[in-house]
Amino acid sequence: METIVRIPTPLRTLTGGADEVSASGNTVGDVIEDLERRHPGIRERLLDDKGVRRFVNIYVGEEDVRFLDGLKTALKAGDQISIVPAIAGG
Amino acid sequence: MRARRLESVVDAVGNTPLVRLGRVAKHVPDVEVWAKLEFANPGGSVKDRPALRMILDALADGRLTRAKTLIDSTSGNTGVAYSLFGAALGIGVRLVMPSNVSKARKDIVRSFGTDVVFSDPMEGSDGAIRVAREIVEKEPERYFYPDQYSNPSNWRAHYDGTALEILDALGDRLTHFVAGLGTTGTMMGCTRRLKEHARPVQCVAIEPAEALHGLEGLKHLATSLVPPIYDPTVPDRILPVSTENGWDMADRLAREEGLHVGHSSGANVFAALQIAEEAQRGGRGGCVVAIVCDRGDRYFAPMKWERRYVW
Repeated sequence: METIVRIPTPLRTLTGGADEVSASGNTVGDVIEDLERRHPGIRERLLDDKGVRRFVNIYVGEEDVRFLDGLKTALKAGDQISIVPAIAGG
Repeated sequence: MRARRLESVVDAVGNTPLVRLGRVAKHVPDVEVWAKLEFANPGGSVKDRPALRMILDALADGRLTRAKTLIDSTSGNTGVAYSLFGAALGIGVRLVMPSNVSKARKDIVRSFGTDVVFSDPMEGSDGAIRVAREIVEKEPERYFYPDQYSNPSNWRAHYDGTALEILDALGDRLTHFVAGLGTTGTMMGCTRRLKEHARPVQCVAIEPAEALHGLEGLKHLATSLVPPIYDPTVPDRILPVSTENGWDMADRLAREEGLHVGHSSGANVFAALQIAEEAQRGGRGGCVVAIVCDRGDRYFAPMKWERRYVW
């Protein structure tokens, strides 16, 4: 199943400038693995050995995956994933 | 001892204390490491200095009048400062910030009567800058747009304030100065002044190690809109710091020094200790000052996604 993933500005160097990309998988973790195949380098920006890095927020629809099942969160057709950065700047 | 008696809250800006870091720096006994506590400003952050200076300079030359509204993009601390001084000086304030700024920050600025406009959280601070520019372009006569990223009053506040205070307190002992790059005002202003000092001072800028980071207030310049006030030839050196190292040092400062500081301050002190370790190894001794930009409680209030998550 293909899911749309919204990419924040700081990671668009890895997606050829695209603000939305597709990736396939039945869970958030699978989608990130597929993203890594399509856009190498993106996984380490998002995950460390404990899971989602502390300052990265991954949403399915309006909900942070930390409040769902984390990387095991199951996806259904039409779900949209958003990677939301911490704030930067003065 | 003499208590300070001030006519207005604007007079409480600056003259912040320097505190020696004894515990986190105990492994570098020949190097003094000092934290300049900018959270002691009335708005709780280093941003009080540039915000006040930009307002006062614009009032002085007529760019700002009480008939205008001050508008700018800010991820927080500058907005708190504008709001506070706007209230104190009778100037309306409108702020553009990404909607994922913490609730505490939104509540603080609104408590001063400030009007808040939200920009796309996916676009970060650069998105907020673009929205602010669009609003001003539609009604330029209605607004004063200080544009902290382009306004020379930003760095001059540090040239005439922060740097002089550091020299006054430490004089010729000072060997290194450390500050983060956000608008770059602190680094530009302090470095320019410290370079005029008779003794050489190494000025080190901190930037997030990665484009996607959690050091709020700092900019990864290679992937951001570069602030027009930034001159890359000014810092002697740029040190990248990871989000994890900044956050962990902020935790240590709270537990070991009683200084509960924000993440960018953690990154500054982390880098200051790296520099102190180099100086210790080199057998030269030294005296390092790091800017502590704000307090950690500004980042406490849970955002939506933090409800059940322990940072």
